Amino acid sequence: MIQLEHVSKTYQQGVPALNDVNIKIEQGEFVFVMGKSGSGKSTLIKLLLKELEPTEGEITINGQNLSAVTHKNIPYFRRNIGVVFQNFRLLQDRNVYENVAFAMKVVEASTKEIKRKVPLMLSLVGLAAKYKSLPRQLSGGEQQRVAIARALVNEPKILLADEPTGNLDNTNAWEIMHLLEEINERGTTVVVVTHNSEIVRKMDKRVITIKKGVVVHDGKWGDTHEV
Amino acid sequence: MTGNGVIHMKFSTFWYNVGQGLKNIWRNKLFSLASIATMSACIFLFGVFYALGVNFTEMVHSAEEGVAVIVYFNPGVTQEQMDAVGEEIGKRAEVASYDFITAEEAWESFKKDYFEGREEMAEGFANDNPLANSAHYEIYLNDVSMQQTLVDYLEGLEGVREVHQSELAAKTLSDFNSLIGYIFVGVIIILIAVAVFLINNTVTVGISVRKEEIAIMKLIGAKDNFVRAPFIVEGVFIGLIGSIIPLALLFFLYQAIVNYVAERFQFIGNLVSFIPVTDVFVVLIPVSLLLGVGIGYIGSRMTLKKHLKV
Repeated sequence: MIQLEHVSKTYQQGVPALNDVNIKIEQGEFVFVMGKSGSGKSTLIKLLLKELEPTEGEITINGQNLSAVTHKNIPYFRRNIGVVFQNFRLLQDRNVYENVAFAMKVVEASTKEIKRKVPLMLSLVGLAAKYKSLPRQLSGGEQQRVAIARALVNEPKILLADEPTGNLDNTNAWEIMHLLEEINERGTTVVVVTHNSEIVRKMDKRVITIKKGVVVHDGKWGDTHEV
Repeated sequence: MTGNGVIHMKFSTFWYNVGQGLKNIWRNKLFSLASIATMSACIFLFGVFYALGVNFTEMVHSAEEGVAVIVYFNPGVTQEQMDAVGEEIGKRAEVASYDFITAEEAWESFKKDYFEGREEMAEGFANDNPLANSAHYEIYLNDVSMQQTLVDYLEGLEGVREVHQSELAAKTLSDFNSLIGYIFVGVIIILIAVAVFLINNTVTVGISVRKEEIAIMKLIGAKDNFVRAPFIVEGVFIGLIGSIIPLALLFFLYQAIVNYVAERFQFIGNLVSFIPVTDVFVVLIPVSLLLGVGIGYIGSRMTLKKHLKV
């Protein structure tokens, strides 16, 4: 569960990036967060990952108040959130298997566990056959699948996807969205930050729209929706 | 998870980080090589200074042993009184050895030195030793810097007429010893600073090359130590390799020089005796390894603190 209560974030320049934001996302939900660039989406992601501290308000994730998470405990907190980025952020010098295994190495999983779980995760995203390929040998869609596998291999409760289809063509974008939907059906809370209104409209999920740091819409896509 | 599982996990993480540290060195070949070369130069110079230093100190100590304090007695002092003084001298910590020279021995030695070939000139003194009151002790010291303390003590003893000492020799040797020490420490401090600076540079480059990887690691939930470990390994390995190379080089070089000098300059061999290679390296190996690894560790730790906010 993700809850933001009266959350504001103002940078040093004085302009509020987020202003009195109240959001509640239940466990197992699939939610889109929409907004133009500069609307405050990136700030929201950074706050959820505790890369930034809110100027005001409280954020609670999986029952944990983020203001109470100490610097030392940030790594343990982040292990509950898988993240996917627009530009994939894969390690270019490592193959598909190693990129996914890397996420498990980082959390100090045993070699035995890595050998068991990485192939399963690669099968889930449909890349088992390409486990030896380097990122540059893959299409954009395939690279994003690897990134999703990496984000999920440690079984986080929440998957945060920041513009996951931003660098993909229409076909690949839809394949990724269907994969995210499938992951959500397995019980993972999925939060997708995007500005692709076509996908949002067709997926027919809950949409939270942010404009100039303020939530202007929270609900299903409708005729009254404005971005 | 079982206890064994935890141990296994820690081991795999340890080896993973060692592997990553070694990969860092490989990926960053040019800077790593430069660091290893500088570290090698530092440790090599350290070794050269150490070998020179210990050999020099040894030579100075041998020279010190040749500087004697001489104690003369008042006329009429009995042999028992002189023996008692001898016993007191023997108890002093700064005394390495001492000899008692009787008046007769002193005269014999004088005759040998000054009347050699003209012994008939000394015959007039056959029954009248001109050095009748010259029975004395020759005292050799462990440490010439303690000479004045001993002289003050000896002058206070009953029956002692005069104490001869070579103040200049003592002071020169003692000052020389200190000078060697200061130069040694000064050079080492400069070398350590240069080595730390270079390790700093190498690790900084390593961090910038792996910036993206570090950012991902942090987002995935890597602990601070996990992010830092490969860089520490990198620094420590550079230090280790940078110590082993010069140590091996120094070992063969030292042996070769000692043998060369012994063969080619035999006359020096009488004046100077080198400390055996094993005696030098029994200290030099652990100290250099510790120094190399220590510089590598401290250098990388400093860089991480400055450039890696985890």
